[in-house]
Amino acid sequence: MALDQIVDGLSEVSCDVLVIGGGTAGPMAALKAKLKNPKANVVLLEKANVKRSGAISMGMDGLNNAVIPGYATPEQYTKEITIANDGIVDQKAVYKYAQNCFEIIEELDSFGIRFLKNENGDYAVKKVHHIGTYVLPMPNGETVKKALYRQLRRARILISNRYMATRLLKSSDGRIAGAISVNTRTAEMLVIKAKAVILCMGAAGRLGLPTSGYMFGTYENAANSGDGYAMAYHAGAALANLECFQINPLIKDYNGPACAYVAGPFGAYTANNEGSRFIECDYWSGQMMLEFYNELLSGKGPVFLQLKHLHPDTISEIESTLHKVERPTRGLFQQGRGVDYRSESIEMHISEIGFCSGHSASGVFVDDNARTTVPGLYAAGDMASVPHNYMLGAFTNGAVAGIDAMEFADNHDFAEFDAADVAMERDRVMAPTKREDGIPPNQIEYKTRRLVNDYLQPPKVTRKYQLGMRRLAEAREDMQERMIARNAHELLRALEVQSIMDCADMAAHASLYREESRWGLYHWRTDFPEKDNENWFCHTLLSKQDGKMTSDRRAVEPYVVPIADDEKDLYDKQRIRASA
Amino acid sequence: MPLASYQTSVPVVVDDAKCIADKGCTVCVDVCPLDVLRISDTTSKAYMAYDECWYCMPCEADCPTGAVTVNIPYLLR
Repeated sequence: MALDQIVDGLSEVSCDVLVIGGGTAGPMAALKAKLKNPKANVVLLEKANVKRSGAISMGMDGLNNAVIPGYATPEQYTKEITIANDGIVDQKAVYKYAQNCFEIIEELDSFGIRFLKNENGDYAVKKVHHIGTYVLPMPNGETVKKALYRQLRRARILISNRYMATRLLKSSDGRIAGAISVNTRTAEMLVIKAKAVILCMGAAGRLGLPTSGYMFGTYENAANSGDGYAMAYHAGAALANLECFQINPLIKDYNGPACAYVAGPFGAYTANNEGSRFIECDYWSGQMMLEFYNELLSGKGPVFLQLKHLHPDTISEIESTLHKVERPTRGLFQQGRGVDYRSESIEMHISEIGFCSGHSASGVFVDDNARTTVPGLYAAGDMASVPHNYMLGAFTNGAVAGIDAMEFADNHDFAEFDAADVAMERDRVMAPTKREDGIPPNQIEYKTRRLVNDYLQPPKVTRKYQLGMRRLAEAREDMQERMIARNAHELLRALEVQSIMDCADMAAHASLYREESRWGLYHWRTDFPEKDNENWFCHTLLSKQDGKMTSDRRAVEPYVVPIADDEKDLYDKQRIRASA
Repeated sequence: MPLASYQTSVPVVVDDAKCIADKGCTVCVDVCPLDVLRISDTTSKAYMAYDECWYCMPCEADCPTGAVTVNIPYLLR
């Protein structure tokens, strides 16, 4: 039978630990869970194919947050991340990451993933952050997914590709009971009973619309449509600081990193149209992004990554990394435009908005054991709330989640869910396939994301947000009542647009709740332009309560690593001051 | 409302002479994160069925015969 033809079917399987998302955090979570209890069944469910899914589909050029003995300490790293996030950090999880990540680096090394070493055999760590030194290049970074996949096969993890999870199942006492998923090529539904579930479903990267107008030309892997955020929300889990958007400085139009983390340590820097530096530090913080945004609009833009002043051999070395790993079509793009790094600077722009703790501080709320607020439900990677995770954070916290989830599964039996929940979800999922006539998902998605750009992108204006929410509600009604999917592939897109719509609503709701400005450009509210530590030095937690979107404050946990008063605003001073 | 189809020039190009999908190969279709490649019913070769590309390269990198070329989508070029 032809691919994409809709099959109306439903089956049920069970496992001990279900990991949803086979990108970065997911494979590590599955592996650690299985190693913890080799007799247990671990299922890794993936919307695409684990071999090439997620943010590191084509590998990664380096570790951006490696805490390596001799170069940095867990205390220093925790301090840096706390300051870069305006103090709104539960340090325990960050500190635990900083303590564990070196072990993970060594484990990745044992998988065959190489990290740059100097002539003495020590890791050759580079400085990009404001204070510490944490950037470690990966000379064979294109092999990451293959190396991970080998480990998954060896450990006999059960992999189910091309299944999109749509909703979580819970028991009447609120414990996790499993998940519902749909095959993206046949639309057949699969219920997976599980004792514990780990969400590793990546960023909400298809939220804003890229300025190119190409819907899939996003910064994040366009498969990351925010399904994890939507699922966690509908399961009643709390989501932290969603108003802290992700916005990144990228190659204009190409919309991938330029990448200052790779080129910076060799002497490249971000400059304005006059060729002058205007930011102190290329590390992606909200404060840096605000300066970047201001420069673009100031008349001193465009903004460029400057590297033509470097020695041709150095440029060739940078080029070979940029054009081989992470986003290898960067070379093709520059070639098409006739841009040679030896003679021309790279024009940059800012990305569309999204949610991603990889670079910001929002996500499904987790504690230092990767536990969400729903018993038995875990989250790790770009969608979990540990800030500035990057790839190494996804691996490290994925490992934490895998171990703790297996412990949970070992101590609990299956929770019972209500069959009516499955029936209801089946109706919701299949609804677009039952209509004869209506609006295709791509149009609803384009409109939703265009509204996100028009109304939700910073600077955040209250009146614009109110209007945006009205428009989004209209689009939601169309989505719920009129959207059609004529084959299984369209149904996949139709389900994704429902995640995107949920994320847009959450972005709006969370942003209106925090009545101050914080995190530079990420949460710049023109009606509340100042940082208000007296009222808003806290996390915000968004959740579904009695069917309604609700936000609350949550106190910042006491610091493990104290921050001195004169260190607190180090990241506020990003703009280079004119010298006398 | 009636639907119309929409013209778009797709970024992934497959060289039919090199493609061995007719011999059972499905590598590019298998690895695509956005699931946009299919095997044609008429030619039995791989082709881009949906213009939803992240220009990420697994299809090109993993193709055993070098039949797949990823171009930058026109709107970004």
